[in-house]
Amino acid sequence: MREILKKNCLNFLIIVAFTVFVAVSFSIDYYPGKSIFKEQFYSFFKEMILFLPIMFILIGLGDVWINREKVEKHIGKDSGLKGIILVIFLSMAQAGPLYGAFPVTYLLWKKGASIRNIFIYIGAFCTIKIPMITFEIGFLGWKFSILRTLLSLPIIILIAIIMEKYLKNRKFEVHEV
Amino acid sequence: MEILTIIALLAIIASLIADRRKTWTGIKKGSVMFVKILPAIVSVLILVSIILYLLPNELIVKYLGEGAGFTGYVFAAIAGSIALIPGFIAYPLAGILVKTGVSYPVIAVFITTLMMVGILTLPIEIKFFGVRVSLIRNTLYFFGALIVGFLIGLFYIL
Repeated sequence: MREILKKNCLNFLIIVAFTVFVAVSFSIDYYPGKSIFKEQFYSFFKEMILFLPIMFILIGLGDVWINREKVEKHIGKDSGLKGIILVIFLSMAQAGPLYGAFPVTYLLWKKGASIRNIFIYIGAFCTIKIPMITFEIGFLGWKFSILRTLLSLPIIILIAIIMEKYLKNRKFEVHEV
Repeated sequence: MEILTIIALLAIIASLIADRRKTWTGIKKGSVMFVKILPAIVSVLILVSIILYLLPNELIVKYLGEGAGFTGYVFAAIAGSIALIPGFIAYPLAGILVKTGVSYPVIAVFITTLMMVGILTLPIEIKFFGVRVSLIRNTLYFFGALIVGFLIGLFYIL
């Protein structure tokens, strides 16, 4: 609880200020304040508060059931199509921001993953993480999500192949930070 | 949204049958994540509510809506490349923007660049991959994101 308070100082400040603003607006009948609360904030909030817990439970379950170590063994230099598919599944199971993926690429590289697979990992991490997809479907719809996933996949694989071709004969390494 | 709820329920039931303990750990993990992210989501909602109240709807539709044309895309691509917004916040925001009248193609470019290009996180990326590789990756991904965004847009326009 302490940690949450500490990390969200600014957020809580905004929330408290807004609460005061809304309370005052209602008590003195200040129209813009009432409108911001009723027509904007409340209508967004109502929709999300029912929906978000469900999504987070799905994300938590995914986290518990997917075994990362098992996958990491099979994405080396000669892994071919199987390696590509595995690396995509591996990154789909992750959560968090992109800079959280870089330390994982270091581990993968150290374990002998190919350059192509390292960049496919980053690409899939950016674009088709399952936690993100659940949010995407919820807020932008199935059509958008399916289109974006299907269009992104070939492009990130293509870019990974380009990166591998380019870096093959150059010095490439992932540094530990 | 109903479908997602059904999927979640089925997943919980399947997981409970397979392993009760693991299921509880998973649900707990998810709930903790939710509580951690909630303050950020609420404060973003507050800011968005205020901004959307102040900005007239017509203005948003004019610059980012169906007929906005090129400027909308440029704005979306720049905002998406620079911004560092976690998906938990970006998607609800995108959902609100779509309802306000921002067109799907513009949202698509924003979302793809947001996810694939990281200008603010470049210093971190450089530490792992070096300057050259990081710049190449971001440049290639920028164009990749634009292509994906435009293609999604085509499907919505047609």
